[in-house]
Amino acid sequence: MGYTTYASFGLPTFLVIIVALYLLFTDSGEAFDVGRFLEETSPFVWGSLGIGLCIGLSVLGAGWGIFLTGASILGGGVRTPRISTKNLISIIFCEVVAIYGVIMGIVYSSKLQTVPEAQLYTRDNYFTGYALFFGGLTVGFCNLLCGLCVGIAGSTAALADAADPTLFVKVLVVEVFGSVLGLFGLIIGLLMIGNAKEFLPGSPAVSAIRI
Amino acid sequence: MEGLFFNVNNGFLEGIVRGYKSGTLTQSHYASLTQCETLEDFKTQLSATDYGNFLANEPSPLSTATIADKATQTLVDQFNFLRSNSVEPLSKFLDYITYGYMIDNVVLLITGTLHERDTHELLERCHPLGIFDTMPALCVATNVEELYQSVLVETPLAPYFRDCLSAADLDDMNIEIIRNTVYKAYLEDFYNYVSTIGSTTAEVMHSILAFEADRRTINITINSFDTELTKEQRAKLFPAIGRLFPAADDIDQVRQVCENVGEYRSFFDNSASAQSNGDLGDFGVAAQLEDRFFRMEVHLNKLAFLQQFQYGVFYSYVKLKEQEIRNITWIAECIAQDARDRIHDFISIF
Repeated sequence: MGYTTYASFGLPTFLVIIVALYLLFTDSGEAFDVGRFLEETSPFVWGSLGIGLCIGLSVLGAGWGIFLTGASILGGGVRTPRISTKNLISIIFCEVVAIYGVIMGIVYSSKLQTVPEAQLYTRDNYFTGYALFFGGLTVGFCNLLCGLCVGIAGSTAALADAADPTLFVKVLVVEVFGSVLGLFGLIIGLLMIGNAKEFLPGSPAVSAIRI
Repeated sequence: MEGLFFNVNNGFLEGIVRGYKSGTLTQSHYASLTQCETLEDFKTQLSATDYGNFLANEPSPLSTATIADKATQTLVDQFNFLRSNSVEPLSKFLDYITYGYMIDNVVLLITGTLHERDTHELLERCHPLGIFDTMPALCVATNVEELYQSVLVETPLAPYFRDCLSAADLDDMNIEIIRNTVYKAYLEDFYNYVSTIGSTTAEVMHSILAFEADRRTINITINSFDTELTKEQRAKLFPAIGRLFPAADDIDQVRQVCENVGEYRSFFDNSASAQSNGDLGDFGVAAQLEDRFFRMEVHLNKLAFLQQFQYGVFYSYVKLKEQEIRNITWIAECIAQDARDRIHDFISIF
């Protein structure tokens, strides 16, 4: 077993076991309470995390795809300069993935409104918070994988085009299908927050946290 | 998964190498080259290909040796461009490619020194891809021990020579044994290194290196039929990565061993038709075998280009370019010696 295996699997497991045993032996096992965690965490946390993941993962996917394709276009373009203009389409497909992330980020952030702490914890606000988090996660992961797919297909398209110009349009069809994945993520992300209202203050009686 | 990170360091160079490969000569180029009447025509035809004006500064009359040298120099320039722009682990992979040529150069220098040839002449005949700094010092060594202690221990070939230190003195027979032992160690080391790099590279390179090992195994077996090399000594020279382990005394037994492996079955076919063409004897069969080996090698190297995101394309490009240089030299020789009936005896690549 190498050092990286020990560090990445052994150390966190060890720490988790130590903390769990500490809670157990000092009679504070009830401090580990998932339900209370979900009730006490502010919906703003979930919402902001979701938006951050949405745009972050989308841009990661787009950037990854662009460097994959770009390196191959540069290499192939040394001997065959004609490929450099046509293959910018692959870069555009990757960029579109980042644009999806930006659109969803803008749509989601319209739900974030200021609400005083005492009136924050209503059922609707919980729902909006969770919907924003998981919607953002969905969109982010879809765009990450879409960007990777378009990037690798684009790299192959560039090298195939350099070898034989008739191949370009055929490999481009593969890329188009790949970029549709990002669109699917966008649609599902919109559906997930379809029923979520923005953060609204509730009446103080039902919206304060019970400690 | 190799596609995710390969392009970070190696995407540009892979594009470059595929560009080089698309500039190799095709059937139509060879057709126009074989129709040249003189070497000047040959030079003009070549200037329209990727070779460009590589012969521009040569005084006429051209000789085939100049053409071969200059063509090899273009390969060396391309290889050096790739090598200087690469990072680990590609740079180590490219270094491994040069070790094969280094071994050939070392053996050439030792043999030449034994026969008391001039140092400069020997150094000029070395393959340019296998040059290393301390090469001229090899000419003064007289036995393997001294060779190792003074020169080889600083080169990357040191681990391969460690097994040969038991050879007491240098003579012509032992030189070949040394060459084969060192090459066996090199092939096995390369094979192991390639297994650590990545799954696609390993897959592609394993088949190419296994074929190389088998080819050397067959050659060693056939060449040692009438010598005093015993079967055990012979077996020590076979690389452990191939698929053949022949214990054979004559060429028929070699054929039987080869038939166990599907791809090699056809190597020994057509021996009946060869013998009907005249009494070629063992020499003719060996020449045919050599030709078949080259064809198989070209086939395997072409297959390496079908996969992206692996290092096999670099190795295959060097080998295919070498084959192309052999082809050009052959055609030039046929033109120069006016032996046009055998001018089509080369192996076309694409």
